[in-house]
Amino acid sequence: MQSALLGKLTSFANTHIHTFSGGISSSSRHDVSLRPGMETIEKVPAVLLLEDGTAYHGFSAAKIGTTTGEICFNTGMTGYQEIFTDPSYAGQILLMTNAHIGNYGAFREETESKDIKISGLVVKNYTVQYSRRMTEQSIQDYLLDENLVGIYGVDTRAIVRHIRDKGAMNAIISSETTDLEELKRQLDAVPSMAGLELASTVSTKESYFVGDPNAGRKVIVYDFGVKKSILSNLTDRDCYLKVLPAKTPFSEAIEWNPDAFFISNGPGDPASMDYAVQTVKEILNSGKPLFGICLGHQLLALANGIGTYKMHNGHRGANQPVKNLVTGKSEITTQNHGFGVNPDDVRNSPNTIITHVNLNDDTIEGIRLKDKPAFSVQYHPEASPGPHDARYLFDEFVGMMK
Amino acid sequence: MPRDTSIQHILIIGSGPIIIGQACEFDYSGSQASRSLREEGIRVSLINSNPATIMTDPVTADHIYLLPLEPASIEKILKENIESGDRIDAVLPTMGGQTALNLAKEVNEMGIWEKYGVRLIGVDIEAIDRAENRELFRQLMVELGISVAPSHIANSFLEGKEYAQQIGFPLVIRPSFTLGGTGGSFVHSKDDLDAALQRGLTASPTHEVLVEKAVLGWKEYELELLRDGADNVCIICVVENLDPMGVHTGDSITVAPAMTLSDTCYQEMRNMAIQMMRAMGNFAGGCNVQFAVDPHTEDIISIEINPRVSRSSALASKATGYPIAKVAAKLAIGYNLDEIKNMVTKSTSAYFEPALDYVIVKMPRWNFDKFQGADDTLGLQMKSVGEVMAIGRSFNEALQKACQSLENNKIGLDGEVGFYKSSQEVIEGLGRPQWDRIFNIKKAMDLGVPLKTIQKQTLIDRWFLMQIQNLSKLEKELRRYTLQNIPADMMINLKQNGYSDLQIANILGNTTEEEVYEYRRALGIRRTYKLVDTCSAEFESKTPYYYSTFDQENESVKSDKKKIFVLGSGPNRIGQGIEFDYCCVHGILAIKEYGYEAIMVNCNPETVSTDFDIADKLYFEPVFWEHLNELLDFEQPDGVIVQLGGQTALKLSEKIRNKGIPIIGTSFDDMDMAEDRGRFSDLLKELEIPYPEYGSATTAEEALEVANRIGYPVLVRPSYVLGGQRMRIVINDDELERSVIGILKHFPDNRILIDHFLDRAEECEIDAICDGEDVHIMGIMEHIEPAGIHSGDSSAVLPPFSLSQNVLDQMSEFTKKLAHALNIRGLINIQFAVKNEKVYVIEANPRASRTTPFIAKAYQIPYLNIATKVMLGTHKLKDFSFDKKLNGYAIKEPVFSFEKFPNVNKELGPEMKSTGEAIRFIEDLQDPFFRHLYKEKSMYLSR
Repeated sequence: MQSALLGKLTSFANTHIHTFSGGISSSSRHDVSLRPGMETIEKVPAVLLLEDGTAYHGFSAAKIGTTTGEICFNTGMTGYQEIFTDPSYAGQILLMTNAHIGNYGAFREETESKDIKISGLVVKNYTVQYSRRMTEQSIQDYLLDENLVGIYGVDTRAIVRHIRDKGAMNAIISSETTDLEELKRQLDAVPSMAGLELASTVSTKESYFVGDPNAGRKVIVYDFGVKKSILSNLTDRDCYLKVLPAKTPFSEAIEWNPDAFFISNGPGDPASMDYAVQTVKEILNSGKPLFGICLGHQLLALANGIGTYKMHNGHRGANQPVKNLVTGKSEITTQNHGFGVNPDDVRNSPNTIITHVNLNDDTIEGIRLKDKPAFSVQYHPEASPGPHDARYLFDEFVGMMK
Repeated sequence: MPRDTSIQHILIIGSGPIIIGQACEFDYSGSQASRSLREEGIRVSLINSNPATIMTDPVTADHIYLLPLEPASIEKILKENIESGDRIDAVLPTMGGQTALNLAKEVNEMGIWEKYGVRLIGVDIEAIDRAENRELFRQLMVELGISVAPSHIANSFLEGKEYAQQIGFPLVIRPSFTLGGTGGSFVHSKDDLDAALQRGLTASPTHEVLVEKAVLGWKEYELELLRDGADNVCIICVVENLDPMGVHTGDSITVAPAMTLSDTCYQEMRNMAIQMMRAMGNFAGGCNVQFAVDPHTEDIISIEINPRVSRSSALASKATGYPIAKVAAKLAIGYNLDEIKNMVTKSTSAYFEPALDYVIVKMPRWNFDKFQGADDTLGLQMKSVGEVMAIGRSFNEALQKACQSLENNKIGLDGEVGFYKSSQEVIEGLGRPQWDRIFNIKKAMDLGVPLKTIQKQTLIDRWFLMQIQNLSKLEKELRRYTLQNIPADMMINLKQNGYSDLQIANILGNTTEEEVYEYRRALGIRRTYKLVDTCSAEFESKTPYYYSTFDQENESVKSDKKKIFVLGSGPNRIGQGIEFDYCCVHGILAIKEYGYEAIMVNCNPETVSTDFDIADKLYFEPVFWEHLNELLDFEQPDGVIVQLGGQTALKLSEKIRNKGIPIIGTSFDDMDMAEDRGRFSDLLKELEIPYPEYGSATTAEEALEVANRIGYPVLVRPSYVLGGQRMRIVINDDELERSVIGILKHFPDNRILIDHFLDRAEECEIDAICDGEDVHIMGIMEHIEPAGIHSGDSSAVLPPFSLSQNVLDQMSEFTKKLAHALNIRGLINIQFAVKNEKVYVIEANPRASRTTPFIAKAYQIPYLNIATKVMLGTHKLKDFSFDKKLNGYAIKEPVFSFEKFPNVNKELGPEMKSTGEAIRFIEDLQDPFFRHLYKEKSMYLSR
């Protein structure tokens, strides 16, 4: 639906003009910042500028500074902390569509990696005041600790509609300057997400072990940005894990004599990860069971001659419906991906079955190889945040071992 | 799986008359379900005794049965349909609340469904039992490993006492198989136990209660789920109660999405809910599950499960935009969720969990003023009569919009709780949940009471309290300015926090609502309209369901078609309920029929009028001048219909007229002539129509003068009110004085009307349509109860049963004269008193009345559709033929909810007290039902 935007654009004083020229004229501000949901934090003007020139004016959340990345949005209504710390978001400026973010503060235990991975945050109501017994700090304090630059008070819904229409693109947030010309220059220097290899930047530098050494099964986890809850879903099922840096050669991995291999989620373009595709091919050759999630699913596809593509604006949220074609039942899933697996290639691939599809747009959500014990899903069965409907997949994986 | 094609004809059971705990929401669900089924080519028959519903209208179903909701009626229907060759294959009892379920069960026990080969769909009887029977429910939870509060079933008083000792206080008594928590209560100490047990056991039809440990102060959540035949389940909405455990969800202020729920806690709850729904039984449909969460540990216990579409499903549907009842109906006939398209986006799947990018707040509406002596403490038993919902882009905005929607003189969350409350009273009052507690909280904050204290007393989650405190702080800041020097930033902040222009004007002082409006408009601060689309804008959506907020982008596109607004009647309350919604819906349909764009404005989430499928455009907004004003500026309609929304719509007509927007139908000035007692009486005099002696007064002294002039007994009432609010019959000076002072307290500056009361008179009323040339009398109703009881509380008989032709002729003549004199274009309702063959006019209402749907149903003539067309000027009365299909009489029977207020006498008077109505058809006056009513006509008269 094309809204008569240009005719109806409201301009609140001079602070919210969609224009290239000039910044904010200083209107007299009142000292106390009492935006809905907020306690007093100083109001510093900030701007979000998109690659196509659209600008949104708001106020600085967390650190004063400048940051760039590819803008994407997540519609989940719970679990913002888990989302911020999901390594798959590296290189992305995340917009949360929920009206209030920060209501229950921050709690270190509910993170998916040891620090924040998003490169910027865009929210409507930055709710610093929190309520939750086990909370350790407000979202403001947390994000400041993590040196995150963010912006709030913008019309997030309008931005989503824009992205939905125009597609994902790069963006810059700044609370240091509102000079749009200058920001555009900085933004032009940011590479496109297409072709960008980011997994090795978030991967662990050293290998490490997780779980009980006496557990029944041993699994190698290739860390391309693995989420903590994937690891816990495995250790909960009697697995002892060795987590490896992204570029670890297969020959090294196999020395540990694992029962199976797990290929993790992660950021960036899978088509730029030849090294990883190679590793997957070697794993397949070994005949050991393999399970891939998200990026892992894309790598499995590439290793089988199936292409990947960059989606228009991706799927990110906790409510995406997926149908399991094998069982005929459906599940609600958590998703976070900007790249997808080419459906025609999958259909033409002689040794691949489509096991899951997205009920909204028929995109491929899961595949399985006919001739090897390998399967993968595009979505996140470990959720965190999100529904646990798909956790049976971990059971299936474990069932394939030994 | 393809749908079950063996089902060709379905019977839907409605919920009957409106009572506290079960109101319009089932009209909405039932209508949705019916439409959803008919879309599939299935024939729908419907049984409901409530004539005020859209459900019982030919536009909704193929066959309507306006019969009492009892097994005999069901058998009659089933038999008839077999005999006519169109047998009923299945019955859907989940769209009519507890009433429908109980009836379905009863009929099942009698073997009737089996006898006629009718299948139950959408629910399974065992599921109903397992959910409603507290003991079975508890056992099931234990089996599933889901925590419940410690409890024990008691079937006797002694058992109850014994378990109470074991469990300890505080506890809660929950009777089995009742509606809206009827008979339930909290027991804080031994002293209250006996009475509570007694009440509970008596209220339960199976003489059974659950004695349970109370988890007062725990956070309360509700989840609405859908499940299909393939066992796919999804959660449509999570609602958080602002009022913690201790207040019935129907009486709580609720919010969506949940504001203080982490993902870990939510997923646990979600998993439990899914488990519970699957374990309930084998049925496909909707379900409501309630949980309590310990604020300290996040431990979760399950409270109850309702395996049916509920009151909350209607709210959840309006909150998310996802039409639960429509989808549930399709699931009941065999479709799976993953086969149905999302009806909002039209391109994605219905198997989906809506994501909200706004906040909704639901606020209940009470009528404690009608129940003198009632205990107005909110608890386990629902006491509210209606509710409003508000949508905003922040919690505070939604909260204040909800206050503005209530129509009880609130203009936002102001701390004005009544000048008669001292600060001490305010603070002490915090501990007791009452209807105005949220206003008390605001007041306490304004007074500087520490948040911690308020939190301790109310047990409300501090997140909500902090938001409200922000409002206090904001106001303090605001007082530093005058209108001329408020920074734009501050103004935006105020509007985004939900402040109305009127509130801002009041706080600033020395300025008016208009001035504030002009000021902010000049700054470019105006409302933008956003879409409710179930998916936070992820997918493009085609639904015309909008709300206003102060943000940047506006999504509502003004069309270039001719457009008409219909103003809704707001929240349900005694005196103004579902019948006006019926009128509005028909108004919308008539406008659409004629090819105009029909735009609906209303804030009641329970009704059919706020179903986005009805009008061409729905603005879910408070029916409050500011919001309406901006909408009028934006859409610039060709006219506004104010005759169909009760007093709510009518009250706004002067301002609409002053704005220069045409009022469709009778002009404002003519309406005012009917509403203004002075002008009206002058008119009656001119037309030589008798009326009781009257006078008006603005002070007690004046009132005494008038009363003594016209002679006691007199009827005292404020002008411009509905439902006889504050109307009293007084017999002497003392009573008069008290009554007048009481009115002026609530309505300062009101002109009080004082009429001579014609005792021992008959009461009648007429509803008519006038098109400027002809006057058509829709129906003449004679009340069984004598004058002195509000017409809404009287049993009305159509046509009259004891009036002479002479009297009937007089009434018709007066009706015609008045309709012409008032230049009525559209509807008019006139109330008469008849004494000794002389007819007096008591009042005239230049709008749709409560009885219009009843007449339309009784005579089976689409009167509202006709009236709307007459209002629009597209048709004249002579374009229609009126074939009144009624053999015998139709009786409109009022329904009361007194059992919710045990300390209140069932006393009827000039102030309306009924919450709903039922219709009865009788062949003649020998009918035992009629004779019973007639015999008891004066039994509950308060004087």
